[in-house]
Amino acid sequence: MLCECGKNEATIHEVVIKSGKRVEKHLCEECAARHGIKTSPQVPTGELLAKYVRSKTAAPMAPASCPNCGLTFAEFKQSELLGCPSCYRAFEDKLGPLIERTHEGGTHHVGKVPRHALERSRLAGASGTLDELLGDAEEQAQRLTALRRQLDEAVSTERFELAAQLRDEIQRTGGGGAHTPHA
Amino acid sequence: MPETNGHSKPRMSYDATPEWLRGGGEAGDVVLSSRVRVARNIVGFPFMSRATETDRQQILELCRKQILDTAADSLMFMDLHGISRFERMLLTERQLISRQHAKGKAGCPGRGGPDVPRGVAISVPGERVSIMVNEEDHLRMQVISVGLSLVNALEQVDQIDDKLEEGLTYAFSPRFGYQTACPTNVGTGVRFGVMLHLPALRMTGQLDKVRRAAGDMSLAVRGFFGEGSEALGDLYQLSNQTTLGKSEQMLLHDLNNEILPAVLEYERGERRRLMDRRRNTIDDAVGRAIGVLRNARLLTTEEAMQSLSMIRLGLVLGLVGGMTEPEVNQLMLQSQPGHLQHTVGRELSQGDRRVERANLMRHRVEPLDFSA
Repeated sequence: MLCECGKNEATIHEVVIKSGKRVEKHLCEECAARHGIKTSPQVPTGELLAKYVRSKTAAPMAPASCPNCGLTFAEFKQSELLGCPSCYRAFEDKLGPLIERTHEGGTHHVGKVPRHALERSRLAGASGTLDELLGDAEEQAQRLTALRRQLDEAVSTERFELAAQLRDEIQRTGGGGAHTPHA
Repeated sequence: MPETNGHSKPRMSYDATPEWLRGGGEAGDVVLSSRVRVARNIVGFPFMSRATETDRQQILELCRKQILDTAADSLMFMDLHGISRFERMLLTERQLISRQHAKGKAGCPGRGGPDVPRGVAISVPGERVSIMVNEEDHLRMQVISVGLSLVNALEQVDQIDDKLEEGLTYAFSPRFGYQTACPTNVGTGVRFGVMLHLPALRMTGQLDKVRRAAGDMSLAVRGFFGEGSEALGDLYQLSNQTTLGKSEQMLLHDLNNEILPAVLEYERGERRRLMDRRRNTIDDAVGRAIGVLRNARLLTTEEAMQSLSMIRLGLVLGLVGGMTEPEVNQLMLQSQPGHLQHTVGRELSQGDRRVERANLMRHRVEPLDFSA
């Protein structure tokens, strides 16, 4: 296709929708420059992708250091030791996947809860404190999903004793409803 | 109290064999002992890597008070910074504290040392329970019992945990469970371990298969003294690696019902095969071990343990008489450097230890009866 000037091959193609009307322009580089259309050199797709991935994985929410004890994530990576219980929340985004790998896909705690703390908060009737121990609705739902996934797997591999334990655990976690695993 | 080195009179009486070495437990032909350990931390304090001297002192006092106030067992509390290096060695060899805790370096790599405020509570007699304070986590409590007895051990450690929690608020989050200094322990904070005697698998070169199978099940195979230690006397610790996403009961089930029966049968099968088809090999190994212990004039810990392992195997298979399993187990403990010095009653150089170890063994294995 030739440029509007009729001299050169059109290499810049612009489509503008203006007041509902589609206006197409096909220009050579010279004419495009005259029309004020920038023709910056092409960015390789790889670089674009890398930029995109970096922007997504930079975890803008994760702080540089734990607000409670000051430990940085780099320090943790070196020693593999956290500085205080608050580090779990401060670095949750980065720690989550790491912990999941270490624990064979385990993402949420299943099992014992501090009994006296639970009793105390039940007596006090403060739902806020109960949430602190058992998690809010979303966390409990995530835990149930994880347990049900394990139950399906246990049933499909015929590990029935384990399946029975998982059912008990699901009951305790509050997912009492009958769940039929896809055997 | 100032740090005292070398041999001095220990605070505790170490004469009795700890319960876990007394033999005769379930699956005692292969399983020496079972251990359940739980890690807990107290809210309001940093973990060891960020704890100041004052933090550690406060954690120590808080835990000491709670342990002594609520302990049903007769627990004896010891400040590890207040006892000799020698006594800490005894405690390590008896599996009551970790090697890192003995050095005061647990949870704070590159820092720490013998003067770090830390302690341990031990149930006496029997040494079934031990509670470490200011190890990698603020509290690490363990129950160690004879033979295959993980169910009972878990029950007891669970009760101790509840009692301590009456007066202490643990660091806990709904998502991650019990928060621990190292994320590898987070969740239940529970580590189940069994000490296995696997001489036949070693002799027939099958140990790697066990390691691989254990790895597939997310279990770790470690030596006598746990993480990073060499296998001594064909003793291996098998323990769970994951602690998050599975309840205590599920973790216990995995170990007790999925992997352990297979490992036990594997070792027993190899023992039977050796007896049926390679009787000369096994007679020779047992006979040589007795020869070494009866005649050696210089013995390293490794060689003593290896020979005792063969004698233990000979006892279990009925090839050897004149000594009981607990007596052989006790010799395994007494061949360790700390216990050897304790028995002799003075500090010994490495060279002297070899001489004394050989003397001790020669004397103790005298009643052995082997007539292959």
